Amino acid sequence: MEGIAPGMGVADARALDPTLLVEEADFIADAAALTKLATWCDRFSPWVTPCGADGILLDVTGCAHLFGDEAGLARQAVTRLARQGIEARAAIADTLGAAWALSRFGRSAALTVPRGGVRQALTDLPVAALRLEPEIVALLERLGLQRIGELYPLPRAALAARCGDSVATRLDQALGLAAEPLSPQSPKPLLWSRRSCPEPIATAEAIAAALRELLQQLTRRLGEDGLGARRLSLAAYRIDGRIERIVIGTAFPSRDTRHLWRLFEEKLEQIDPGLGIEDMVLTAESVENLTAAQLGLDGDAARSNSTDLAALIDRLANRLGMRALARPVLRESHIPERAVRFIAPLAEPQTPARWNAAQLRPIRLLPRPEPIEATAPIPDDPPLLFRWRQRAHRVRFADGPERIAAEWWRQDSKTGSGPSAPESRDYYRVEDEEGQRFWLYRAGLYCPDSVPRWFLHGFFG
Amino acid sequence: MGEAAETVRQARLADLRRYLAEAEGFGEEAAVLPFGTPAIDEALPWQGLPLASLHEIENAGATDEDGAAVMFLAGILARLAPARPVLWCLQRPDLHAPGLALVGLDARRLVLLRAPNEREILWAMEEGLRSRALAAVVGEVEALSTPASRRLQLAAESAGVTGFVLHRSATHAVASAAVTRWRVAALPSVPLTGEPGIGQPRWRVELLRCRGGMPAAWDVEACDAAGHVAVSAALANRPALQHIGTRGQISAAG
Repeated sequence: MEGIAPGMGVADARALDPTLLVEEADFIADAAALTKLATWCDRFSPWVTPCGADGILLDVTGCAHLFGDEAGLARQAVTRLARQGIEARAAIADTLGAAWALSRFGRSAALTVPRGGVRQALTDLPVAALRLEPEIVALLERLGLQRIGELYPLPRAALAARCGDSVATRLDQALGLAAEPLSPQSPKPLLWSRRSCPEPIATAEAIAAALRELLQQLTRRLGEDGLGARRLSLAAYRIDGRIERIVIGTAFPSRDTRHLWRLFEEKLEQIDPGLGIEDMVLTAESVENLTAAQLGLDGDAARSNSTDLAALIDRLANRLGMRALARPVLRESHIPERAVRFIAPLAEPQTPARWNAAQLRPIRLLPRPEPIEATAPIPDDPPLLFRWRQRAHRVRFADGPERIAAEWWRQDSKTGSGPSAPESRDYYRVEDEEGQRFWLYRAGLYCPDSVPRWFLHGFFG
Repeated sequence: MGEAAETVRQARLADLRRYLAEAEGFGEEAAVLPFGTPAIDEALPWQGLPLASLHEIENAGATDEDGAAVMFLAGILARLAPARPVLWCLQRPDLHAPGLALVGLDARRLVLLRAPNEREILWAMEEGLRSRALAAVVGEVEALSTPASRRLQLAAESAGVTGFVLHRSATHAVASAAVTRWRVAALPSVPLTGEPGIGQPRWRVELLRCRGGMPAAWDVEACDAAGHVAVSAALANRPALQHIGTRGQISAAG
């Protein structure tokens, strides 16, 4: 509507147009939408962050060649956003301050400042373009300083004395004389490859083909840098503005196109192309050094065996989750539940193969000991009969007891389903009439006043 | 002329035999793991357990948790390519590493995979069998369909990894591409003279099915610390041994 501008009072605006529809501003929703838009923009650069209430900041260092040149990038950004129904202006400059100023006060909707041309480009812009408080802008204007160029000849000290530090600081930042730290929305990835589709693609084959191409590009670059990827993410930008993402991880750094492809292949069906995908970006979110020797190219059989194992673990983990995989290691604890610790499947176990061969331990251990009804003639004797899961077992032979004391120094050692106070257990190995061999225990020390509680904990071969 | 034709015929026959052996997955160089117990090894056409193939082991104990079948399997794994890892796919996490160590299976070789269902276990087994890195793959599976067994057997042949399907409970046996099917149950132990308590644990081991061999059954002493079972002299005279090599005494469904 002609004459209506941001910051105007509702009454003033209504005076201009009485039919105006007024709605409360929802700043939180605006910010959320801006963040979403920033994410959408990461097709142009992996380094994106919302900036203020109405801006998005991109570090396009090293990205422009993917779009022809910087002008091409700026133009594409504006037209792509326009297709989303969002009116946007873009500027690319050496400094954040200059890009901010030019995107808001520049003459065209998409412009670029050549390297070293910032001073020149800012000369004619109003002082408001320096990201200053409105009062400071008003003060400068009262002093007759309308354009940024008019500030150039003024001594910094005099400027600071009259108008505060912010003018000098903002000016220096815009001109690149003072550093300005940037904080990206996501940590800057090291490597990525990007593919723009001339025609939106929607078929599984086309997506697969595009991904293969991206993988080849990326693994080539990883190879040049002597790196291997630990985590790769694929972002597919749909024409309706949604972004489909899949992530794969590897246990060891890899730049084996075939291996990485197999990991993605498993998940590729998760990508819903909707009406079509226009851009695909493959990013190495995490990389590690990977030399040719580590790849097993030196013919080391043991090493190639370990890469084979890593490749297998990756495939299993990418489908079932890393938590589904574990390697048991024995640990010096008498508490059966604590006798095994689980480590990552490719971690090197530092423990001995066994710690006490004299101790007979079951081959299956119930995750929680199950209460049983047991009939024992004397407190310190094994039961003659016990009932577990509605079935009675008559005990023919028994060994024991082996008293396993609670690790009293551990406050958290809850012994199975017993009370929270640590209590000792008297374990018996018993054999029923059919020959099945069980591991039972009586919880706690014998106490004449209470009925002893018995549990079944494990099974022997 | 006739001699030349005979030579050609012989050569062709030899080719054909080799082809059939390879098609069955047993090339001349196919590796075999002997049990080290002559009574068992002699009942197997390969004088031991053929590697790079699929085997089924059924727990015939009273409950799913019974330890005899799993320990029998652990004894085999302990002696099978001891430098390489074993992928063990299961749904219920009740395998206890200290117990495995008692039959010589180094827990550090184990990679445990907990899967949400049997479909994923079969998928993971196939992946594992195709990976050269492993010595063996174990899957705790209740129902193994014929096509699934065929897939696993082919995968085992392709990379030389040995596969074991461990049936935690006795299941209805369908036609299977597995090379052998075993059934193991605990037997009452034999008391040691003069000592109270549980004696030497024993098992009933049945070879239900064996490609190119005949069903058989043995009463054995449970695995020792090196993973060997033994048909002891004292047991050898027991009636159960009559089953050895007698066709038809043990039906597949048991």
